[in-house]
Amino acid sequence: MATFHFDLVSPEKLAFSGEVDQVDIPGVEGDFGVLAGHAPVVAAIRPGILTVTTGGRHEKIIVLGGLAEVSEKGLTVLADVATSLDELDRAQFAETIAEMEEGLKEHEGGELDQAIERLDHFKSIQQQLSSTAMH
Amino acid sequence: MASLKDMRVRIASTKATQKITKAMQMVAASKLRRAQTAAEAARPYADKMSAVISNIASAAAGSPGAPTLLAGTGKDQVHLLLVCTGERGLSGAFNSSIVRLARERALALMAQGKEVKFFCVGRKGYEQLRRQFDKQIVEHLDLRSVRQLGFVNAEDIAKKVLARFDAGEFDVCTLFYSRFRSVIAQIPTAQQIIPLVVEEGAAASTTSYEYEPEEDEILTRLLPRNLAVQVFRALLENNASFYGAQMSAMDNATRNAGEMIRKQTLVYNRTRQAQITKELIEIISGAEAV
Repeated sequence: MATFHFDLVSPEKLAFSGEVDQVDIPGVEGDFGVLAGHAPVVAAIRPGILTVTTGGRHEKIIVLGGLAEVSEKGLTVLADVATSLDELDRAQFAETIAEMEEGLKEHEGGELDQAIERLDHFKSIQQQLSSTAMH
Repeated sequence: MASLKDMRVRIASTKATQKITKAMQMVAASKLRRAQTAAEAARPYADKMSAVISNIASAAAGSPGAPTLLAGTGKDQVHLLLVCTGERGLSGAFNSSIVRLARERALALMAQGKEVKFFCVGRKGYEQLRRQFDKQIVEHLDLRSVRQLGFVNAEDIAKKVLARFDAGEFDVCTLFYSRFRSVIAQIPTAQQIIPLVVEEGAAASTTSYEYEPEEDEILTRLLPRNLAVQVFRALLENNASFYGAQMSAMDNATRNAGEMIRKQTLVYNRTRQAQITKELIEIISGAEAV
């Protein structure tokens, strides 16, 4: 299987760089997979789980929003925050969600919609986390 | 003339000062290494970000519906100067050279009849600007309690700037910081961040992308984010510059202290020998008289 170059960068560091087979990206308008030779695209990312496949091995990385760019040079993901699944502190994640629920009261109008949407994304990550943990 | 004992005390105190400056230099050197790595780690993100933005922006800038962060408000009456400096001194001309650049810009703008406001990040810059522009400082923030500069700090600053922009408090925002070239060269820099200046050369890539969602929607998401990225980069560069400046300032201080110790020791030894000679003469002439 053909491989392509994948860079995952967050503002603080280069979180991943290397040749991969496939990357599944949680886009704002739906998940999409990127294989070698994908058409050039720039897509916004929603908070979710990004799956990197290299030689049959899957690595899951949590990204909290950002931007993906596919060009002939490969795929670059600019993630706001990128944490690999092993590094994630689940208790802290749950705390963040609780804080966001608290914070909902302060928002109003369009901002409230955005906050709710973001909260939903976070909750779905949490749900996926707990379901993968059982397997 | 100072007695021998006074001179000994003086030499001892200079030596103590030299030890302190030497220690500060070594601490600054090790922190500089860390700050430099952090600044380098942030670079790929910032570079990619500006590449993507300039790609989209060069297409969108001409259209009437372009976001104000990119196109500007159409005026340039009120300027906000975002001045980032260090929290501490003992770093040579680091803080004052940033402040000087900002002050010159402010005075030039005011001479043209524009209104100037300041947003100070860092205690040192605030203290220096307060003397002259107290009423014009709309906000100041210090990062003294921050141990490790994180993206959240930059995001925080960007949010405050954006809130003021949305409230129509200013038209143009310029960021002042010190760019890290090397340990001996830090260049105070002014960078306009609102409205965003798109470099012509940066948009050279010819790939035609598909956008998901629409271009303008991506742009409205990216522009505020880019602001935070620019501020973050400035903070990191500043941090590296600060330690670089401190290191060379402390290196100078250590060398000066060494020079001073050498001179003081010379005078001390001369005085001591003169005194011994004087005492010998006294003893000999005393013995001759007997």
